Amino acid sequence: MSTLAHARTLPPRTAVAADSARARWSRRFQHGGWFVAPFFVLYGLFVVLPVVRGLYLSFTDANISGDHTGFVGLDNYREALKDDLVWDSLWHSVQFTLYVVPVIVVVALLMALIAHHTVHFKWLWRLCFFAPFLLPSAVIGNLWWWLFQPTNGMVNHVLGLDTPWLTQKSTAMLAVVVATLWWTVGFSFLLYLAALQNIPHHLYEAAELDGANAFQRMLHITVPNLRNITGLVLALQVLASLQVFDQAVVMYQFGPGPEESTRTFVQYTLEQGFTSYRVGYASAISFILFIIVAAVALGRMWLLRNREEVATR
Amino acid sequence: MTTPTLPTPPTPSVPPAPTAPSLRGPRGTWTPAQIALTLVAAALSLVWLAPLAWALSTSLKTPTESVTSPHWIPQDLTLESWKAVIEAGNIPNWFVNSVVVSVCVTFIVLAVASLAAYGFARTEFRGRSALMALTMAGLMFSPAILGVPLFTTVQSLGMVDTYWGMILPQCAPAAMVYILYKFFQSLPKELEEAAFIDGAGRWRIFFTIVLPLSKPSLSAVGIFTFIASWNNFLWPYMVTNNPDLMTMPNGIATVQNAFGIVWPQLMAGGLLAGLPLIVVFVFFQSQIVRGVAHTGLAGQ
Repeated sequence: MSTLAHARTLPPRTAVAADSARARWSRRFQHGGWFVAPFFVLYGLFVVLPVVRGLYLSFTDANISGDHTGFVGLDNYREALKDDLVWDSLWHSVQFTLYVVPVIVVVALLMALIAHHTVHFKWLWRLCFFAPFLLPSAVIGNLWWWLFQPTNGMVNHVLGLDTPWLTQKSTAMLAVVVATLWWTVGFSFLLYLAALQNIPHHLYEAAELDGANAFQRMLHITVPNLRNITGLVLALQVLASLQVFDQAVVMYQFGPGPEESTRTFVQYTLEQGFTSYRVGYASAISFILFIIVAAVALGRMWLLRNREEVATR
Repeated sequence: MTTPTLPTPPTPSVPPAPTAPSLRGPRGTWTPAQIALTLVAAALSLVWLAPLAWALSTSLKTPTESVTSPHWIPQDLTLESWKAVIEAGNIPNWFVNSVVVSVCVTFIVLAVASLAAYGFARTEFRGRSALMALTMAGLMFSPAILGVPLFTTVQSLGMVDTYWGMILPQCAPAAMVYILYKFFQSLPKELEEAAFIDGAGRWRIFFTIVLPLSKPSLSAVGIFTFIASWNNFLWPYMVTNNPDLMTMPNGIATVQNAFGIVWPQLMAGGLLAGLPLIVVFVFFQSQIVRGVAHTGLAGQ
């Protein structure tokens, strides 16, 4: 340090040293680009490039081998809007979402309340409710394909029925919903459990002192404190459910289900891309799904921001 | 987690606190309400375990017994199907592929995402906010949406039916960068500044101060990346045709059924695919639970 002469002047030396060090610290970090470089190599290759490429392909009649590519303008999109299978498969994905999301939210919340309020064996409930989440989707598909078998399956054995769950249109999607609930509810359950554990105890103590009964405490403390996490669970579930593919396709052996009632949107894009080899068209309909998913995600962000503004007003 | 699960003798003198038992501490908790709640929890747990129990029971039956009248307890208990699954077929091969792919993905993601998150959280460089916005935009794209163009991209890179083709596209998760970014931002800056005054460079600060402080976040990200990668079906399904290269989920869904359905073998294969993660969960339960809470709440 060449500034020793100034050491006796105010502000004290240590502060000066810290200040200049802080300045140098931020200057040296000017080249922080190296930190993000490795990520952006992969991100560029496997996210940005496919997005750009997909957008370009959606305006062409490209096939899987990539040759004979001609620019066709908006033809793919125009065709998609008139394609009944686009609308059918989109409806199946939306239908699945409408069924599965409310059920998951309710069951996850119930499980979390039960696991939170029992004193003993908490670890056991957690293990049981969460374990299916750890299984691969392909295993879920195979497992429930077996469980829903009309004559030898567990479901009919337990319920004493002989319903052909997987071969009639009226129950085909329900079967996928049941399998998905069993598989994924554990994740939302853990989110709710964590949220319940984060509610400060003193709120309950104060309410109890004020004479609130268990039901009132639940209504006025638990429910409002779970509002944020419910928003998060809803958003995550809607986004994931709109993109349903794995378990449905495995349960129906990569087919469209009885009377084509379980063909999901993602399944249809992949059929167009890999079975009909129409990469251009498949890219175009993929972007339709992207627009829907992005609208949901941005809509949630907009809602959150609005609520924050209201809260800070 | 806060209440030890030691068996405590029932002490009826303690007044009941039905909905907030944790206020009362772990003693004297077998109140009528607790007993009822525990019974409900046990019933629900049984329902949730039943499919797994049925799968296990099926896997221990002979193929003919599995398709005669349904029952829970196998009459001729046999490990035949497990043996068949392990000895013949591709399953051991797929298992190794799954291990290779998920371990590689986990390590690459941890390295790449923590570096990028630190770069965003703590350093200045030109284009930082633009790149951050680009990363956030990536949260809206998933392999389910990008499938076809991602495949043609990987195809043009010559990586179809290769390990790299399976691994690398799983290694750019914007969500993990975001979670770690939030975490690094929450760390106190003073520690790093102090280290800088002592002459440490930014890489040294990152490796010796920031990373050790981030163990809970890093393990959450690592565990979730591993689970997602082990269970990933869609991408390996698209990018591999060669049965020798398939991962567990991919193989049991596409190849195992192709030669006629043998239910006990199908269930044994499925349990084998799921077993590693269940074992991991039993051992790392509290880390995983905290990890879900942490990653989930970060997205709030």
